[in-house]
Amino acid sequence: MVESSIKMSLKNKTLVKLNNAGFRINEKWLVQGVSLHVERGKIITLIGPNGSGKSTTAKIALGIYKKIEGQVEKYTNKIGYVPQKISIDWTLPLRVKDFMSLTESLEEEKINEALSLTGVIHLKDKNLGDLSGGEFQRVLLARAISKKPELLVLDEPVQGVDFTGEIALYELIKKISEELNCGILLISHDLHTVMSATDHVVCLNGHVCCSGSPIDVAQNSEYKALFGDQASQTLSIYEHKHDHIHTSEGKIKKN
Amino acid sequence: MLDDFFIRALFAGIGIALVTGPLGCFVVWRRLSYFGDTLAHSALLGVTIAYSFELNIAISVFVISAIIALLLVNLQKKTNLPGDALLGLLAHSSLAIGLVVIGFLSFIRFDVMGLLFGDILAVSLNDIIIIWIGGAIILLVLRLIWKSLFASTVNYELAEAEGLNPDKAKAIFTILMAAIIAISIKMVGLLLITGMLIIPAAMARNISNSPQQMILFSVIGSLLSVIIGLFTSLEFNTASGPSIIAASLFLFILSLLKIKQSIKLKN
Repeated sequence: MVESSIKMSLKNKTLVKLNNAGFRINEKWLVQGVSLHVERGKIITLIGPNGSGKSTTAKIALGIYKKIEGQVEKYTNKIGYVPQKISIDWTLPLRVKDFMSLTESLEEEKINEALSLTGVIHLKDKNLGDLSGGEFQRVLLARAISKKPELLVLDEPVQGVDFTGEIALYELIKKISEELNCGILLISHDLHTVMSATDHVVCLNGHVCCSGSPIDVAQNSEYKALFGDQASQTLSIYEHKHDHIHTSEGKIKKN
Repeated sequence: MLDDFFIRALFAGIGIALVTGPLGCFVVWRRLSYFGDTLAHSALLGVTIAYSFELNIAISVFVISAIIALLLVNLQKKTNLPGDALLGLLAHSSLAIGLVVIGFLSFIRFDVMGLLFGDILAVSLNDIIIIWIGGAIILLVLRLIWKSLFASTVNYELAEAEGLNPDKAKAIFTILMAAIIAISIKMVGLLLITGMLIIPAAMARNISNSPQQMILFSVIGSLLSVIIGLFTSLEFNTASGPSIIAASLFLFILSLLKIKQSIKLKN
């Protein structure tokens, strides 16, 4: 009885859960053995070098990749997604406001609100093809938050955004997670921001290298090996023991 | 006074235009013109089967085109051939088989030209009923899958990630393509159906800046093409299909003038 109620509350809090998940194309593993879960009101950040499987992990969680190893359990359908790369075909005449209600019809008010939050309300009637990279990124983020999702998956949401804008947008993301009480799966290269705004960090390199609170991860030697001493200096004091080393493909080789 | 056959043709043509307008936009957006061509070519096989077994042409064409469409999707998954090669393979082989079968059907009087380019004299009251009911069903289904289809046309991953069903929408749209070809084959002819889908949509692209607007202009363009084309066909005794397509080309050229103007305005 007690056990099942705990299970229920866990279920209610958890939005998406990956259990030993992996994805491969032919024989090449893009990522494997990833276990993580995103909860309401929490920000989980994926970090790792290029090609370490961050975007792949996000796509597994979103259900874009279907033939996967392991399990994905999704407990919500209200999802906002900002992909890392997006190619839009310009044979389609599409204004910013058309794009905003792409996957869900929205009232004018909600569209305006979201566009104002990311600072691009003035672009509302512009054609999507006429935007700059940074402007488009702001529109993408506005679209993802406009429908007040329960789960936000943000794959490098501030790429190409100017420096002051970047900080403001990260603050916005944190504010959204608190206000909407939604879970956020964030992929970012900006380690400083990651460390200051995140509840839980997962460091990937083809597999889960290490994970934990930002401070724990910053102190982890794996993390240092991946990002260099400098990246961890600001936050780390301790040393951790290596329990495995990496092959060139990012696989684990036990000592 | 207008003759009965012409009024029938007008009714049929307007019914077709109301459907090809919106569908054509998706054909342009999703780059499916050659796919449409392939389905249209395979329609000849459908027509010959209809004649052989005395079936309804529209239904027979619909079934054959739908089978070819599913075959294509399957072949795409199973072989490493590029999409356009597969399209060419299916288009020409089904056209060839259709023509071979016609050779065997020497006991039936066959108007091949009418089949290829459309024949307004051939439109019966029955055809009009099929066009309007079939067309209404096509538009209704398109309305139902609109969100998924449109979102995945813009970006597949966004649609998939945010809980829509792009694969299902794509499959259904393929069937809709087969259906529109089936109901418009008698009127426009199988060689020109894709033109009827693409040209008004292309014209609409030139003068619109939102998806809804493009669909609206595409429908208007299709209607005008049919009406102008049919009157030309009546006046000069030309085949109906080519006359309609020529009219839509004329509208397309007019829309280019608008682009030229807006570029001038920008500079």
